[in-house]
Amino acid sequence: MRTLHTDKIIEAVKEMCISANLYLADDMDGKIRQAAKEEDSTLGKQILNQLIENMEIAGEDKIPICQDTGMAVFFVNVGQDLHIEGMNLTDAINEGVRRGYTEGYLRKSVVRDPLLRENTGDNTPAIIHYDIVPGDQLEITIAPKGFGSENMSKVYMLKPADGEEGIRQSVLAAVKDAGPNACPPMVVGVGLGGDFELAAKLAKKALTRPAGSHSEKAHIAKLEEEILELVNKTGIGPGGLGGKTTALAVNIETYATHIAGMPLAVNMCCHVNRHKTVVL
Amino acid sequence: MERHIAVPFSEEELKELHAGDYIYLTGTIYSARDAAHKRMYDAICVEQEKHPEVEYSGAKLYEDQILPLDITGNTIYYLGPTPAKPGQVIGSAGPTTSSRMDKYTPLLLSKGLKGMIGKGKRSQAVIDAIVKEKAVYMAAVGGAGALLSKCIKESEVIAYDDLGTEAIRKMRVENLPVIVVIDSEGHNLYETAVADYLKEHN
Repeated sequence: MRTLHTDKIIEAVKEMCISANLYLADDMDGKIRQAAKEEDSTLGKQILNQLIENMEIAGEDKIPICQDTGMAVFFVNVGQDLHIEGMNLTDAINEGVRRGYTEGYLRKSVVRDPLLRENTGDNTPAIIHYDIVPGDQLEITIAPKGFGSENMSKVYMLKPADGEEGIRQSVLAAVKDAGPNACPPMVVGVGLGGDFELAAKLAKKALTRPAGSHSEKAHIAKLEEEILELVNKTGIGPGGLGGKTTALAVNIETYATHIAGMPLAVNMCCHVNRHKTVVL
Repeated sequence: MERHIAVPFSEEELKELHAGDYIYLTGTIYSARDAAHKRMYDAICVEQEKHPEVEYSGAKLYEDQILPLDITGNTIYYLGPTPAKPGQVIGSAGPTTSSRMDKYTPLLLSKGLKGMIGKGKRSQAVIDAIVKEKAVYMAAVGGAGALLSKCIKESEVIAYDDLGTEAIRKMRVENLPVIVVIDSEGHNLYETAVADYLKEHN
């Protein structure tokens, strides 16, 4: 059995927190640059060019792309043949977050209690979703999530009879409601199926899929394209000030569901859709 | 139309700001977001309840040390920056979503606040108060925190230090790029810009 010490995990998580907040992944960088070329609203183009300049300054001067460096959300695939040595895995990930957000001069945006609202001072605890998978590796994906867009997310408990049209209209309604608040151009993460909470988790996971990639299921890939087109016809545009670039991608993740239901979750993300994966 | 404007605004210049203007601000502004707004709002409410006979202006609230700044004529940037690294004035410094400040805004406007910088929609109550008090709401580009940080030349925490990123900062800005969204007559760019775009492109 392969052994992995948590010291390595802590170090990797620390580095991921910092780099995810300074450098946008290639998929997002490419989509924003492409949108700036294609946008036909003058103000929209100006805003997209500001975003490109912003990414360049962030990378060169090592300033976070956005001041909301998010809650640290993780998807962790634990190989069932891997032995983790040292400390508890969750504690190790949180220690990595603590070091990354402190040493990386990232914002501490987490309060310990939703009502008492005392800042924890180190951006912990993280939100960690585990999966047990075959193999002896540990795959960690980080998605630091800002709450301007998170606040505009929704769960709809659709009925089977609502069908594809119900999905299209619900996602569109969520995008229109989000408008300028979610910092468009957005990435729309959609979770379809499962149950109430799994739909929401799938929607978040969908955001970690590269913008421009498509579902392996043909009918879902088609739905992704159709919804993206509809969203970009709303005219909301960059900054919510008009234009054809309202979303850069619509990613849908699915799971089996009950005969009586069709849960749908829409997790909004701004153009600073940060995600990074390492395999240990 | 792009213009360079001094902050705090003069009354004349504020009147000349129209929804859709792309302007560059130079001068002094203050940062405050959720927790600082709640603290200022609560402080004013407590004092007014204690002394209902007293007329509390922005200046009096400052003199009596109820508010840590005289908001009269001033502009608040809805901002919670990342920490500054050694040698930096401030970290990443883009706008946060303004609607979370809606509950507190009409009261601050009634005490003399004239400008707000954030992003996203405002409530009807805020829009009405903007018109009534002849103020202005501006948007900075959300998610452009690195770029916007370059326009902040000095920054000093002046109150609520315990709130960390949510403390109130006094900042000197140079050519901070913002777009007028709601002007003193109540024109709302979020409503008109999207409609205008769709009219032109369909």
